[in-house]
Amino acid sequence: MAYQSTGVDFRTRLQDWIPKLVLSPSLAAMLIFVYGFIVFTFYLSFTGSKMLPSFDLVGFENYAKLWNLSAWWVAVVNLMIFASLYITICTAIGLTLAILLDQKIRGEGVLRPIYLYPMALSFIVTGTAWKWIMDPGIGIENSMHLWGWTSFQFNWIKDRDMAIYTVVIAAVWQTSGFVMAMFLAGLRGIDNEILKAAQIDGASNFSLYRRIVIPMLRPAFLSAFVILAHLAVKSYDLIIALTGGGPGRATELPATFMYSYTFTRNSMGIGAASAVIMLMTIAAIMTPYLYAELKEKS
Amino acid sequence: MRYLSITALLLATASPAFAEKSVEVMHFWTSGGEAAALGAVRDKVVADGVAWVDAPVAGGGGDAAKTALQTRIASGNPPAAMLMLGQNIIDWANEGLLGNVDALAATQGWDAALPQAVKDFTKIGGHYVSVPTNVHRTDMIWASKAAFDKIGAAYPTTWEELNALASRFVEAGIIPLAHGGQAWQEAYMFEAVAAGVGGAEFYRKALIELDDATLRGAEMVAVFDQMAALRGMVDKNFSGRDWNLASAMVIKGEAAMQIMGDWAKGEFTNAGKQPGADFACIPVPKTKGDSFVYLVNSLSLFTQTDPDLIASQEVLASAIMDPGVQIAFNQAKGAIPARTDIDLSAMDACAQETSASLGSNDAAGTAVPTFAGTHAANAAVVGAATDAITGFFNSEMTAAEGATSLADAIAATK
Repeated sequence: MAYQSTGVDFRTRLQDWIPKLVLSPSLAAMLIFVYGFIVFTFYLSFTGSKMLPSFDLVGFENYAKLWNLSAWWVAVVNLMIFASLYITICTAIGLTLAILLDQKIRGEGVLRPIYLYPMALSFIVTGTAWKWIMDPGIGIENSMHLWGWTSFQFNWIKDRDMAIYTVVIAAVWQTSGFVMAMFLAGLRGIDNEILKAAQIDGASNFSLYRRIVIPMLRPAFLSAFVILAHLAVKSYDLIIALTGGGPGRATELPATFMYSYTFTRNSMGIGAASAVIMLMTIAAIMTPYLYAELKEKS
Repeated sequence: MRYLSITALLLATASPAFAEKSVEVMHFWTSGGEAAALGAVRDKVVADGVAWVDAPVAGGGGDAAKTALQTRIASGNPPAAMLMLGQNIIDWANEGLLGNVDALAATQGWDAALPQAVKDFTKIGGHYVSVPTNVHRTDMIWASKAAFDKIGAAYPTTWEELNALASRFVEAGIIPLAHGGQAWQEAYMFEAVAAGVGGAEFYRKALIELDDATLRGAEMVAVFDQMAALRGMVDKNFSGRDWNLASAMVIKGEAAMQIMGDWAKGEFTNAGKQPGADFACIPVPKTKGDSFVYLVNSLSLFTQTDPDLIASQEVLASAIMDPGVQIAFNQAKGAIPARTDIDLSAMDACAQETSASLGSNDAAGTAVPTFAGTHAANAAVVGAATDAITGFFNSEMTAAEGATSLADAIAATK
């Protein structure tokens, strides 16, 4: 009797413990490598670290220096332009493609992966390919000239005022297919009965989408926004491959700024401060949004 | 992995049965000529019975290598030797992480063999913490002979002549100046113009002492005036171009000149071009007397406790300073030997002229360290200045505005 009860005890205890045991290494790794280093970066941003981390506190000096740097302002303004256009255009294109693909068309199985494939490429590949496509000397402009349209001009990538928009083009090309897939999944989850009922009530196709389908896609909008916003803030490789931050410094983003100050300019303190600002920015956008959305659900 | 590569090297070089000593060299010399150059050092080290552990970190300017080094240092496992530039050597020495080979240097008489310019960046605080492989000259013009022949002009000896040539090249359908619009290339162009227009003394006051009045002075405006003239000589697609593609434009005769350090020579010679017959390597015009902007490449030695490793470091240092290795290294790299006491008759005319010029400028005190290559100032200052320079080159700012933005950027780092 006693033997049996301990056996049961051991088993239930094991069942209780195994998930925790299995999850604990990844939890520990996450605590150290994500949250631990966030704290460390936060601390570094208040120190006078130059080439290597140092631990002499200097207060808000790094932040004061950072906001006085014109290069940082350029990066911040660029991020605002880039993020707003990138998120809006990606969402618009993704939604349009999803709605069009959802019309029970023939060959959807072929079309869907075609739109999705750019996401399989790394930003380095996308950046390099678009660098060549948009280069006036070898890309679209040159091809148009060879075909006889000699007045054609597309030199945005060499133009310091327009170059940031070429980054938007390449990034939108890469991600809109992915956003489409998310919306498509959302569309497939909508109950057909509701749509049929609306049609019987005489709703036009347009108002059907505007009043019923799109509002019901709210969770998909949330996921798209969260993913696109963090992709925009951490954009680094695309810039490096596409423009290298140029012409001049016209397409620097906070992420490229952070890397160059931390690792190549021996100003680790300022780099850490810029990383903290980036984290704060994303938190300031995400937290209210997530809070509102999740609260509504429960 | 590391053990495997040691074994592979031992087998490949068929050195005596088993060598216990090894030396790990971290570097970013991965292009063809650079790797061949380092091969000259490696062969000598291996012949002296020390295994060579190669630790390349690709990425031209060495930024990636620097990041890799920082993580190695942080984990308490520095390499035996590491390729690094200028102020970085001084910074690491000040962190107390570099060892030295003073005893070897004393017996081999390095003090007499090396010019002061080189010693400024290898002998820190009286200790040889770094061993120089070569010297690069950064204030050079690479000119296409075919392009100059086409318009029947001689190579320019003054900035006025150079500026006057531009329109004649354009008429002949040749781009006057091949340039790669990347920030670091514009920084090198700027220092070449600063030394050429302002002279060595101005260069020293403005870019080494970072004297605010000089940075805002009339001479600096004159430097930016010349930069503005150069800005008008490039083609419309210059932005973002790699430097070797700009060199290729000169090689093909599409463009007349490129202002670039003498590492460009490798591009010309690898394309089968001969100095003198196909292209010219000339210093930029000097308005205020001769000057020479130099960049020293050297392998810095990290402090080791294992006596075997210290002995290996000495073997490495001795190999680098070997006159035969210095010649072979620099024939492959396109630079000039760091030693000024060796016979250069095996090297080409460009190298011989550059070496002679280094000797005379070093004696006259007009050899100045590179600014863009972070010899003259630290990385924070150079980074900020580079932003201002590239901002100027990619805009329609006036020369006075350019000088002000440079002075402001440098002042902000203090």
